[in-house]
Amino acid sequence: MDAIILQILNGLDKGSAYALIALGLTLIFGTLGVVNFAHGALFMIGAFCAVTFSRLLSLSYETVDPTKTDFLGNPAKINTPYVQDWFGMQTGSVIIDWAVPLSILFAIPVMLAVGVIMERGLIKHFYHRPHADQILVTFGLAIVLQEIIKFYYGANPIPTPAPAVFAGSFDFGTLMGFDPNTIIYPYWRLVYFAFAVAIIAGVFAFLQFTTFGMVVRAGMADRETVGLLGINIDKRFTIMFGIAAAVAGLAGVMYTPINSPNYHMGMDFLVLSFVVVVVGGMGSLPGAVLAGFVLGILESFASMAIVLETIPGLNQIIIYLVAIIILLTRPRGLMGRKGVMEE
Amino acid sequence: MSKSNFTRRGMLKTSAVAGGALAMPTIFDGSVWADGHTGFLNAPTGDTVTLGFNVPQSGPYADEGADELRAYELAVEHLNGGGDGGMMSTFSSKALQGNGILGKKVEYVTGDTQTKSDAARASAKSMIEKDGAIMITGGSSSGVAVAVQALCQEAGVIFMAGLTHSNDTTGKDKKANGFRHFFNSYMSGAALAPVLAANYGTDRKAYHLTADYNWGYTTEEAVRSSTEALGWETVNAVKTPLTQTDFSSYIAPVLQSGADVLVLNHYGGNMVNSLTNAVQFGLRDKLVNDKNFEIVVPLYSRLMAKGAGANVKGIFGSTNWHWSLTDEGSQAFVKSFGTKYGFPPSQAAHTCYVQALLYADAVERAGSFNPCAVVEALEGFEFDGMGNGKTLYRADDHQCFKDVLVVKGKENPTSEFDLLEIVEVTPVDQVTYAPDHPQMRDGNGNAVAVGTCNPGA
Repeated sequence: MDAIILQILNGLDKGSAYALIALGLTLIFGTLGVVNFAHGALFMIGAFCAVTFSRLLSLSYETVDPTKTDFLGNPAKINTPYVQDWFGMQTGSVIIDWAVPLSILFAIPVMLAVGVIMERGLIKHFYHRPHADQILVTFGLAIVLQEIIKFYYGANPIPTPAPAVFAGSFDFGTLMGFDPNTIIYPYWRLVYFAFAVAIIAGVFAFLQFTTFGMVVRAGMADRETVGLLGINIDKRFTIMFGIAAAVAGLAGVMYTPINSPNYHMGMDFLVLSFVVVVVGGMGSLPGAVLAGFVLGILESFASMAIVLETIPGLNQIIIYLVAIIILLTRPRGLMGRKGVMEE
Repeated sequence: MSKSNFTRRGMLKTSAVAGGALAMPTIFDGSVWADGHTGFLNAPTGDTVTLGFNVPQSGPYADEGADELRAYELAVEHLNGGGDGGMMSTFSSKALQGNGILGKKVEYVTGDTQTKSDAARASAKSMIEKDGAIMITGGSSSGVAVAVQALCQEAGVIFMAGLTHSNDTTGKDKKANGFRHFFNSYMSGAALAPVLAANYGTDRKAYHLTADYNWGYTTEEAVRSSTEALGWETVNAVKTPLTQTDFSSYIAPVLQSGADVLVLNHYGGNMVNSLTNAVQFGLRDKLVNDKNFEIVVPLYSRLMAKGAGANVKGIFGSTNWHWSLTDEGSQAFVKSFGTKYGFPPSQAAHTCYVQALLYADAVERAGSFNPCAVVEALEGFEFDGMGNGKTLYRADDHQCFKDVLVVKGKENPTSEFDLLEIVEVTPVDQVTYAPDHPQMRDGNGNAVAVGTCNPGA
């Protein structure tokens, strides 16, 4: 039982990342009809927003300490962050420690801008082209973006830790009446799950309860009619692209303490996220979220040692197996709408 | 009055004999030169000789590859007489004069392995066939090393392996034309086990997570064998896909298994992520079987330690070389490299630099670029002054035998380079094994011979 609870927790965590990326993918597909293979790159750029913001917070001036030496035996250079000078040592250190959550403020405008520039600069030229062309151009863009990141940040993972207060783990076991050390879960992963739920709820609320969202939903259902009403639906869809980019970016920002960011982290999630979208049902936002969490949990169960001893490698194919079964039994996916991707 | 023998005929005879005698060495050397520089692939004919540096310039090990390339460029500079000479001044062999190799200026071409065997073979093939490279060196993966080594054997050039740690490179997949300076999985296990026993005791239960490819298997086997011999029990060993990024599903069950040590047979990004995940799950804060739970990383590199950040603190592992070594050779290399690039070299840079110098030295001592002459010069070659104490290139398998470093993640690093501290320099005798050791045999348990050299054309 304890092992099952543990894997469910793990699955929710993985599912959070899948759901957030798949949500953005579905938003773009539902509004613009574009299959965006650069979406994983947006997740990666979000993570590097956190890296960049951390570095900005740590910008330092250099002084020479003659009492110490560097690796060549020369007097050592001591770097003191400006933030510590401006806000005092203690407050400055806390600000640097909280770099990841604070970088959300930096990432939102950056990701909105990246999304809007991407849509206006490239993707709008492919609206009326076949999906294959869209896939090729967005995949090419993803490679360009990741090579740019590699050029400036290198190929090595860059540690970007969570605030010290979230270091370590929480013993669920004792809380639930199990023995100590049976169900251990890191604090930051709980934060990530809560963050994902908040973002998903926020996106749904935005679409459901705002006029802007209502128009976007109407445009998703019938773009031409909304346009005939004199509403500039293209502009709204561009903004939705920016929002989808921001959702992916924020997923990346908050993911950095879980696994050190590197330039190809977007690709690691991309294909799985597409499978999540297909299983959830193309164009279905609730479907993307549901499938994200379900597949995340199934993948976690398939990674248990006892399962792998019975069926080696199941964890690597479980998502695809489920996708095959779902598509055979429900061709539109779990919550797919009629007519989407069926012409 | 003395009688002089100085006659016209006598002078002519004397001149002829003296001239002939003086001419003899030249004629003799010339014939040797001709013999030594024909009949093999890519024999250098002009004033230059071309070496092929095949390193990962893209992909997940691109940073490691960049450091390897820096080291090779430094080696070329030193071989051609530039810079401060680095380890050439501390190297026990004094055959290198700083005038290239056999008087030919060293030039180089580079290839991108992408850390993929097929790409690495393609780039090596191109450097051999199109650029006329006489020797291929580099790489940062055992899969790549084994593949490129086999290609060099078929083509008839020397392969001086870069970073490759799998037993197989000089075990079941060894080749006559291939040489490895880097240590291997067996040596890591043999060096680590006594240190682990001394620090954690001999009554431990280990859980292995192992990267699902050749290097992972040999490392797990080596560490298991060494630790079990000291009394440790292996409670489980789980293979993890090479493409895995989040290891939480693998790490979460570790505490429930009864294990009190987690051994991460992972390298590169795998190690960074699995170690980060393990620390996140609080494994190091737990008491299991009334002992502190411990994590072990058999193969460390400074670049990986940098990626894992503070998570490496206090964690034991092994490494081939570290810039903080105080011997003359290491310090000469650190000074050279650090002055040129502004940061200390990695172990990958070190092994690649040494390999380039060892090749050049072997050619000088052999008096020929002929791969078979180079093989002969390297087999059984003993040297010192290159950073790990006295070292032997064993003839049986072309593996270097030298002291192995056991390191620990530093608790209070003073800089971004100061991440590991050396806790033990394991003497070479403790890490030496028989050429036909079971871990070096093929899948059927048969010992594999190094074979015969191939000079190519």
